[in-house]
Amino acid sequence: MMNEFLEFIENNLQITYILILAVFVGVEVIKSIPAVLHTPLMSGANALSGVVIVGAILVMLHADPTDYVALSLGFVAVVLGVLNVVGGFAVTDRMLQMFKRKK
Amino acid sequence: MGILLNIIYLIATITFIVGLKMLGHPETAKKGNLIAATGMGLAIVGTIFVHGQQVSPLIYILIGAAILIGSIIGWLIAIKVEMTKMPELVSLFNGFGGASAALIGLVEYSKNVNNATQSTTIVSGIIIGAITFSGSLIAWGKLNGSLKSVIRIPYYNIINNLVIIGIVIFAAFMVGAGVDSQLLLYALLAIGLIYGILFVLPIGGADMPVVISLLNSLTGIAAAITGILYNNMVMLVGGILVGSAGIILTVAMCKAMNRTLGSVIFGAFGGAAITPGENKALGSIKSTNPSDAAIMMNYANKVVIVPGYGLAVAQAQHVIHELEEMLTKKGVNVKYAIHPVAGRMPGHMNVLLAESNVEYNMLVEMEDINPQFSNTDIVLVVGANDVVNPAAHNNPASPIYGMPILDVENAKHIIVNKRSMNAGYAGIENELFYNSKTSMLFGDAKVALTDLVAELKNM
Repeated sequence: MMNEFLEFIENNLQITYILILAVFVGVEVIKSIPAVLHTPLMSGANALSGVVIVGAILVMLHADPTDYVALSLGFVAVVLGVLNVVGGFAVTDRMLQMFKRKK
Repeated sequence: MGILLNIIYLIATITFIVGLKMLGHPETAKKGNLIAATGMGLAIVGTIFVHGQQVSPLIYILIGAAILIGSIIGWLIAIKVEMTKMPELVSLFNGFGGASAALIGLVEYSKNVNNATQSTTIVSGIIIGAITFSGSLIAWGKLNGSLKSVIRIPYYNIINNLVIIGIVIFAAFMVGAGVDSQLLLYALLAIGLIYGILFVLPIGGADMPVVISLLNSLTGIAAAITGILYNNMVMLVGGILVGSAGIILTVAMCKAMNRTLGSVIFGAFGGAAITPGENKALGSIKSTNPSDAAIMMNYANKVVIVPGYGLAVAQAQHVIHELEEMLTKKGVNVKYAIHPVAGRMPGHMNVLLAESNVEYNMLVEMEDINPQFSNTDIVLVVGANDVVNPAAHNNPASPIYGMPILDVENAKHIIVNKRSMNAGYAGIENELFYNSKTSMLFGDAKVALTDLVAELKNM
């Protein structure tokens, strides 16, 4: 188990670096955000997690046109992913619109 | 082709970081959201058109149709939803993202059975995706009121832990032995879904924002895992950003409620039994009417309004703004005191009041308003309960003991508008209502406040 883990790190050194650096970026970017903006922020971050849609599209692009199981699962995955992305960004925008309206 | 797509992904990744950063400041937040959305659009369009493979037109049509359907539904929900329903909507969208990650894993598993690294990421993606999906749906149900009660099976902590250990062993077995069985794969998905339900069901309504934030973070991790699978940097970085940001937010919310993450997940909160006889010991309550309350407020120098979720439920945000304007016109110094967890999510109350055009600088945060209560003539509590409960200071037995609260009892007089004497969202009795300085203004918030405004107009 330990060997496999080390092997994974060895084979994916770049990804491991990026992963760890991204964690720090995420923490640093969010750290000083005022409580007032927590709700839009959560909603915005939620929309960002819809980036999984890229994977769903890849599933469909890689699928054999006769593989109906893969196509249907991929189709549903794309629909759900887009829902997350479009709904998430739109609702965040609506919330932030309200903050802006102040004189 | 490869380099163009990679540059698109790089640009998208940068927009995510910049967008998230800009979301942290009120002036730049809206722009930040749009920048991140543009980057996401680029990544999606790039993935579809710049891949350089031969793909059958049928697949393009299907992808286009899926995107169209998802966009229309997502857009419609987003523009129609009421601001009060925001937390449960975030939860619902989040669940969809998780489901998407799980579905991707289902398709990819059989192609990667022989590669232990790939199948590990796939199996983790399925499990995390499934947990976030079912967990988010339960959270959504709890917040919109369709799942009211806190359901706790006996020994739920032990059972939940056993289930999660079981999932890990099951997954390790599938990866280790390279099991190529769709049946077992779906069984794993099913157990993940069951765990999500078991995980969220026992958690009380008051802790739901923390849970949503945590699940949000998990969806990010699921996206990042899928990114590892495809060696796709935009998914990896985007997912990790959401994952780490979500954890920070979760911890910030826990702090605001003076709870540890452990106690949210494993603790018994929101379902604490209240012994019926307890109320009598707290003394008697005094009720008032709109006209007396209006007179008091008319002659006050300083009034602080404490809005809670009940205000939003009664759709009284606009009336309270009217009341505040009326009092200001009469020369009263009016402020809103905003508890960090007022509403159903941190910052939720700010959104709701902003919706009714309340001036940004009239909203004062807890740390700044607390020292001001001693020279406040009247505090008007509307639809808030737990955030003004003195038990947080003086009753070690209370489940909210230690939670930072608004110290409204320091004010000269307190008027509490409430529908009835029912306990608050967290289900805890509030001795503030029995305080000799407190008058209760019973009734629906909208009706009571409209009456108050009418009375003030006549003065």
